[in-house]
Amino acid sequence: MSVPVLEIERLNKSFQTPKTVVTALSGIDLKVQEGEFITVIGPSGCGKSTLLKIVAGLDLAYEGSVKLSDKEVAGPGIDKGFIFQEPRLFPWLTVEKNIAADLSLRNPEVRKKVDSLIELVKLQGFEKAYPRELSGGMAQRVAIARALLRNPKVLLLDEPFGALDAFTRAHMQEVLLDIWQHNRTTMIFVTHDIDEAIFLANRIVILKPRPGSIRGIVPVTLPYPRKKATTSFQSLRLKVLDEFERLEETEYVDRAGL
Amino acid sequence: MSIEQAELRLPPAAVPPAPPIGDTRTGSIQAIVKKPASGWKSIVIDTAIGAALPVLIVALWQWAAERGWTNPLFFPAPDVIADAFGSLISSGELFHHLGISVWRALIGFVVGGSVGLLLGLLSGLSRKAEYVLDPSLQMLRTVPHLAIAPLVLLWFGFGEQSKIVIIALGAFFPLYVNTFVAIRNVDNKLFDVAKVLAFGRAKLLFRLVLPAALPGILLGVRLSLALSWIGLVVAELIGSQSGVGFLINLGKQTSATEDIFVGVIIFAIVGKLVDSFVRLLERKLLHWRESFEG
Ligand SMILES: Nc1ncnc2c1ncn2[C@@H]1O[C@H](COP(=O)(O)OP(=O)(O)O)[C@@H](O)[C@H]1O
Ligand SMILES: [Mg+2]
Repeated sequence: MSVPVLEIERLNKSFQTPKTVVTALSGIDLKVQEGEFITVIGPSGCGKSTLLKIVAGLDLAYEGSVKLSDKEVAGPGIDKGFIFQEPRLFPWLTVEKNIAADLSLRNPEVRKKVDSLIELVKLQGFEKAYPRELSGGMAQRVAIARALLRNPKVLLLDEPFGALDAFTRAHMQEVLLDIWQHNRTTMIFVTHDIDEAIFLANRIVILKPRPGSIRGIVPVTLPYPRKKATTSFQSLRLKVLDEFERLEETEYVDRAGL
Repeated sequence: MSIEQAELRLPPAAVPPAPPIGDTRTGSIQAIVKKPASGWKSIVIDTAIGAALPVLIVALWQWAAERGWTNPLFFPAPDVIADAFGSLISSGELFHHLGISVWRALIGFVVGGSVGLLLGLLSGLSRKAEYVLDPSLQMLRTVPHLAIAPLVLLWFGFGEQSKIVIIALGAFFPLYVNTFVAIRNVDNKLFDVAKVLAFGRAKLLFRLVLPAALPGILLGVRLSLALSWIGLVVAELIGSQSGVGFLINLGKQTSATEDIFVGVIIFAIVGKLVDSFVRLLERKLLHWRESFEG
């Protein structure tokens, strides 16, 4: 096996609140290979966002080790792309300028890459549009292009399609797979939608709450493009659901013990 | 002072095109400016509708004056005022004094406004600067700046300096307050984006903070200009040998009430024009904002 692009070892993270200490993540171990598509799934509050923020270098107060390309993550940087649930575009900039952000479109190299990314995320004709003129899905595609322009080693997506309607969401999943197959960018994609997790992933990381830890990792070997209606897809779905049900049982026991 | 105090409570992002509270001089010109796409015909119609009431009042006034129902010393007839207008223009006096007034207001605005903008940026960008500057400035802000006009005259005499200082004092606070608030209200979520994209310090300032704060800063500019103009009127009325305020004072001394009216009308027109100009500027610079689609 090749060297992992991302290596998380014995990661613990707790939040100090005025009253108590909340353990958000406990004993996370995860190796991600280059070009892999990982989805992270788990109930709300189990630490998915916290994990992603730590990998992004947005939160440095943790125990353990998080290495990107064998280097300890020391802070945010363009080698770690981040997509938030909302597109978070600069409302005063056009689509192409949003993608360029702090870079200048007058630089021919930037110009060329922005143009090809606009094609990749299927936004031709909207280069000069302002964010308010875009639909939610289009805006999120701009955000993805903005992150990809910087050639990140890993793209971190925190429930990026969570706010979209079902049709747009399905379309965005296909667009994202297109991008991935084209660019081979390593993806870590947080979701709480089981279908979405299976549709996209090479491996599904299932998190359980209190404290947030890895419940199991389900490899998905179905060939792309996947069809949600097939029996193999559905049996995988049951397998993941089964993990969750067991998870709920243990939760129940936990609470009864309190 | 009530103008900028009222504005302070509103986040600048939410304020946009609504006329500032206390600003009563928003009328037909704004209506024209706001609907650029609706074409010539509707502009003419809008103007006609907006002008109907003033025209009616002036006509009634003229009619009453001709019947001798009004005292010409208090209410000179519109045609008398128009004549005064004509003679002040043809003698060159009007534009001479108007030029002086505009120049004073401009200098005062530039001095007070730029210091306000600078300190607003400083306080907005740095907590340390905020702790040092803001408490004192907030305290000073509660003093109506026109109330200290006599003090300014005492310190700087009756020359140009005191006028500029009075105008600058008025221009300072709206720009300071609105710049400060606008910077502090920049969306934190966008700061996260800037972090993730690894913006440098300069890029953070010029590509995020300033563009995001621009609507608030422009609102400050508009309020500053309005207060500069009010400061000018006060400064010139208190004592001056030139300017539109001087024309008004002269009219009072010589009982030429129509000249007073001319001065007041000029103050109103220029004030309105300045306001419309900044609104135009806002439309140009903030065209990305939804609220400007109308
Ligand atoms: N800044 C914070 N301060 C205190 N507790 C936090 C903070 N951020 C997250 N938490 C807690 O950590 C846990 C995980 O949160 P989060 O990572 O947002 O979960 P998820 O994204 O899976 O819904 C939650 O219990 C949450 O209350
Ligand atoms: Mg979350």
